[in-house]
Amino acid sequence: MKTNVTAETDVKEDTDLDSSGMSGESRSQWALARRRFFHDRLAIFGLIIFSLIIIGSIAEIVLNPSGYQDLTGDYNQAPSWHHLFGTTTIGIDLFSACMKGVLQDLQIALIVSVMSVVLGTTVGALAGYYGGKLDTFLMRLVDLILVVPGLAILIVLSNQISGKGNASLYLAFLLGALSWTYIARLVRAEFLSLRERTFVEAARALGADNRRIIFRHLIPNCIGTITVNATLTIAGAILLESTLSFLGLGLVPPEVSLGMLVQQGEEAATTQWWQFAFPASILLLIILSVFFIGDGLQSALDPRKNRARS
Amino acid sequence: MRFVIRRLTISVFILFLASIFVFLLVAFSGDPLAQLKLDPRTPLATLQYRRHLLHLDLPLWERYFYWFSHAIRGDLGNTIAGLPVSPQLVSHMVITLRMVLVALVFSVIIAIGTGVISALYRGKFIDRTITFTNFFFLATPVFVTGLFLKFFVALPINQHAGKILIYTDGDQSPLADGSFFHRLPDYIGHMILPTITLILATYATWSIYQRSTLLETMDLDHVLLARSKGLSRRRVLLRHMLRNALIPVTTVIALDFAALLGGAVITETVYSWNGMGSWFLEGVGNLDVNITMAYLLVTAVFVIVFNLLADIAYAALDPRIRLS
Repeated sequence: MKTNVTAETDVKEDTDLDSSGMSGESRSQWALARRRFFHDRLAIFGLIIFSLIIIGSIAEIVLNPSGYQDLTGDYNQAPSWHHLFGTTTIGIDLFSACMKGVLQDLQIALIVSVMSVVLGTTVGALAGYYGGKLDTFLMRLVDLILVVPGLAILIVLSNQISGKGNASLYLAFLLGALSWTYIARLVRAEFLSLRERTFVEAARALGADNRRIIFRHLIPNCIGTITVNATLTIAGAILLESTLSFLGLGLVPPEVSLGMLVQQGEEAATTQWWQFAFPASILLLIILSVFFIGDGLQSALDPRKNRARS
Repeated sequence: MRFVIRRLTISVFILFLASIFVFLLVAFSGDPLAQLKLDPRTPLATLQYRRHLLHLDLPLWERYFYWFSHAIRGDLGNTIAGLPVSPQLVSHMVITLRMVLVALVFSVIIAIGTGVISALYRGKFIDRTITFTNFFFLATPVFVTGLFLKFFVALPINQHAGKILIYTDGDQSPLADGSFFHRLPDYIGHMILPTITLILATYATWSIYQRSTLLETMDLDHVLLARSKGLSRRRVLLRHMLRNALIPVTTVIALDFAALLGGAVITETVYSWNGMGSWFLEGVGNLDVNITMAYLLVTAVFVIVFNLLADIAYAALDPRIRLS
């Protein structure tokens, strides 16, 4: 049974409408959001940089799959056309290594982001919708995770996974297990206010059960918050992973990550500046571009809060 | 007051759970005597004695209980090397707090300043510059900022001057002695880089937040009223807008204190400071349960206290909020 009430609140429905080009005069929410996003210059800037880095890294891995560990025989070469980012002390092409690191970091970050969204939304939705004892219990769990600085826990835990096979997968799960609390808090807060709204009452009056209300009415209304924070979680995960790698925890060679490259470049930073500068700049650019995309999404998806932003 | 007590009880309970969790984590992560066992010359008796000293021969729950019963009496046990943890903790903490507190003060000032300017000149060049800078530092990992300042700012300056103007290593000169005031210039010289690094790593979030809360107050009715009855811009800003806008910022700053301590771990590594962070990293590397527990306990207490202060400050600054 589809009623006007659902059609109005069900944001997801509009996507199909829009992609088939049927929206016509009255634009759907998504089309409006897309327009706002593409008018945000910083967001577009972020998107372009991000795409360039990804295209570059995929191309490099396809064209030169073992480049990140091949010893070229050119030691400590400054950047040139032959070695775009120069070479390391043992003769590895730094461009290859950086691009491999980008893919590694993104792979971890994506897992972390998906995990945070699934865990965070579930916990936040349950706590916010049902309230009571369940809410208290779940929020205490969140407090438990928040009370000890995340980096400290990560240092303790990743000390064990370094050097094991599949370390990057373990690391991703670890970061994910600690990163979901923020989304959980936000989703809970949105649920608390949304569940009192009239459209929920209307849906319930029409006979919708809890599951339907949560999945069809409440979660679609939180999509904006969730998307934005999923993006920011990607940036956060890259930051955390690189920090751990820098401290020599988490991933170890032969795996490559940007944090590790920065740490290796540190030793030669004064004489062979490129060994530090390129991995560090790529790391910075990728996080910065994800931030810009996230910020653009924020103002595109949530115009109510937008007034204060740009 | 009842609220404070209730919050404290909950926090202490959470702290207790967290301590069990961390204890198990470290205890399961490996044998601290593994290195010693690898050496074939170590007599069996020594190994057994060391095992006994570290209580490794006891069941896990008994080890935790031993730690817990001593910890609540203020005794945090001994390190693997056999030295008491508490004095080490204090001496390292003093070094770290020196850096963290100075950085905190400057970060707050810079964040509020840039946030307010940015909000007042919304959309103008200066606003866009500040916002971009904020995002830039938000995206820069602490260790990148630290290494950059060390290798590409401080070293060239020192080289140019022909002597060390800005120290890049350690928290004080190894040969420094004399009274506290005598050593003060040396302390400050060593503090410049780490503090700047930590400031740049923390102020950006707060600045962005300050800007958006101030912009939200701009459209409020009482601000419009104050403007329309002819108060000066300055008075409206200070008395009517900033007072409201500072409240949420205070809480965010307090809640972010954990991040500041995390940043300190990395800053200490970059500048080889002998603070709490590097002490903790070393402890983790040696699988030293007591050091790890002590560090986590102290940071957790800091976080709890700051959260509590944030809630109290919130209620004190905004009478609408009822402590519940």
